[in-house]
Amino acid sequence: MVSGAPTLERIARGNGLALCAAGPWTARFAPLLEQIVDDAEKLTGSRPNIFIDVSQVSKLDTFGAWLIERLRRSLTEGGVEAKIAGLSADYSSLVDEVRRVKATPALDTTSVTITGMLDQVGRSMVGIGATIVGLIDMLGAVLAASGRVMIHPRSFRLTSTVHHLEQVCWRAVPIVVLITFLIGCIISQQGIFHFRKFGADIFVVDMLGVLVLREIGVLLVAIMVAGRSGSAYTAELGSMKMREEIDALRTMGFDPIEVLILPRMLALVIALPILAFLGAIAALYGGGLVAWFYGGVDPDAFLLRLRDAISIDHFTVGIIKAPVMAAVIGIVACVEGLAVQGSAESLGQHTTSSVVKGIFFVIVMDGVFAIFFASIGM
Amino acid sequence: MTFEIQNAIIRVRDVSVQFGSTKVLDGLDLDVKRGEILGFVGPSGAGKSVLTRTIIGLVPKISGRIEVFGIDLDSADAAARRGVERRWGILFQQGALFSSLTVRQNIQFPVREYLNVSQRLLDEIAVAKLGMVGLRPEVADRFPSELSGGMIKRVALARALALDPELVFLDEPTSGLDPIGAGDFDELVRTLQRTLGLTVFMVTHDLDSLYTACDRIAVLGNGKIIAAGSMADMQASQHPWLRAYFHGKRARAVMG
Repeated sequence: MVSGAPTLERIARGNGLALCAAGPWTARFAPLLEQIVDDAEKLTGSRPNIFIDVSQVSKLDTFGAWLIERLRRSLTEGGVEAKIAGLSADYSSLVDEVRRVKATPALDTTSVTITGMLDQVGRSMVGIGATIVGLIDMLGAVLAASGRVMIHPRSFRLTSTVHHLEQVCWRAVPIVVLITFLIGCIISQQGIFHFRKFGADIFVVDMLGVLVLREIGVLLVAIMVAGRSGSAYTAELGSMKMREEIDALRTMGFDPIEVLILPRMLALVIALPILAFLGAIAALYGGGLVAWFYGGVDPDAFLLRLRDAISIDHFTVGIIKAPVMAAVIGIVACVEGLAVQGSAESLGQHTTSSVVKGIFFVIVMDGVFAIFFASIGM
Repeated sequence: MTFEIQNAIIRVRDVSVQFGSTKVLDGLDLDVKRGEILGFVGPSGAGKSVLTRTIIGLVPKISGRIEVFGIDLDSADAAARRGVERRWGILFQQGALFSSLTVRQNIQFPVREYLNVSQRLLDEIAVAKLGMVGLRPEVADRFPSELSGGMIKRVALARALALDPELVFLDEPTSGLDPIGAGDFDELVRTLQRTLGLTVFMVTHDLDSLYTACDRIAVLGNGKIIAAGSMADMQASQHPWLRAYFHGKRARAVMG
């Protein structure tokens, strides 16, 4: 007997056949064993009875035992009288174990069809409707919770709110200031580069002021916050949901909206205007520096022009949008967080869609605000 | 105390593990014989799971030597390590099933990675393993989040056994199972040990398991093995913790 690789020898015995298995029938040799067994299964119908002799098998595990059992089954199905012989006491219980295995149910694979695609489209449309209902539902729940907190101020979670404020506001300042500073520099440089052709260098200050205060400042910061804090909220709430922490909270008589979501929402609503303000200053500062060194507009001239070009309205328009956008980001993040199912994949999906939907709704809101302010003449 | 044993499948020598300033394991020696079921007990927080994780290589040790299958995992190259990892299976305390894969895919995962076999055999093996741990094939297409605690344990065991390992680490396998389920589990471990020649390293608190399934018991205390031997040795010991453990109210209930 060669102990290197498993074998299955065929020995004629009277009008039957003996299949002598030898060597290690173990997982290590599974690919080889499968081939051997596949070949042997073709013997179906060649002989009236077949013995599978396993007395020479040096080592047997579940893989080997199953393949021998599979061989026996397919031979029997083919009308051959097949028996397993020479089983040692140690291995017989293992073979008994695999003998109980039922034929495997086939995996159902879904094929791509036109109805299937239409079905998908329909489901997505219904999904969009459900998303909007979910958002409105959450908005209502948050408003109701804030109402309750106003009536019973003692139930307000100050510590939690301050903690989240630190996370989403204080710790976000460096990156927000850096990015808006760079954007201010770029706007200024591009403006000067193109306006110079008409000798209108100084108007870059108008463009910078209006653009930064009205749109870019708040929009850019909101997008950054959606990516930075919205995703964090979804992941936090989602993993709490996965570990049944939210259920635990509920059974203790606490309202998850009040305990988890309200402090987060409030922190975001406070943070975004502050970040938008800081971002606007950083962008103006960056733009001013570039205008000075690249465009030759000295700081006095820049400030004088800025004072003429912008009014308090521009700033108000920008900053009014900030808390609304914060609320949108927060609600989207919390809805997605609570929608997480049990798997890690689901957590990833919902975190992604939290950021994507957050940014989408922020931009939609910005458009709505643009129409609104245009019609009231601000 | 030293425990020199011939033909040891796991050999732990003078191993120390430290977290911050707390020394969890302090010069620990332990041998596990080939083919035995070793029950590993000790007070909560004594470092049972830490030792398991140290042997597996998940927790770094500050000193000492660990050999598994005669291979020192610190000096082994990547290929040798992979070879060892293929030969052991681990049941984590919480199951640690891959949550985005179905039960079937969880069991097939190690097989698919290590062996180049057909999808048909993969499916059959998954169902066979499920059967061995006492689950019906219908469970195969569920996700881990849709399983009960006991089912998760069983699926995790099925995954640990997927490649027919020689050595299995079980971290509290029967905790969270009903007594009948736990009894079946012990019986299952016994059967597998008999049929597959499995060596089992079992961290447990379950006196029933210790009594019915284990060949030998090792007790961890103060970062060392304070006793190792058969159930009779444990009951005869005069160590206060052992006396409390093996002669307590619960122990009397088990041993009648």
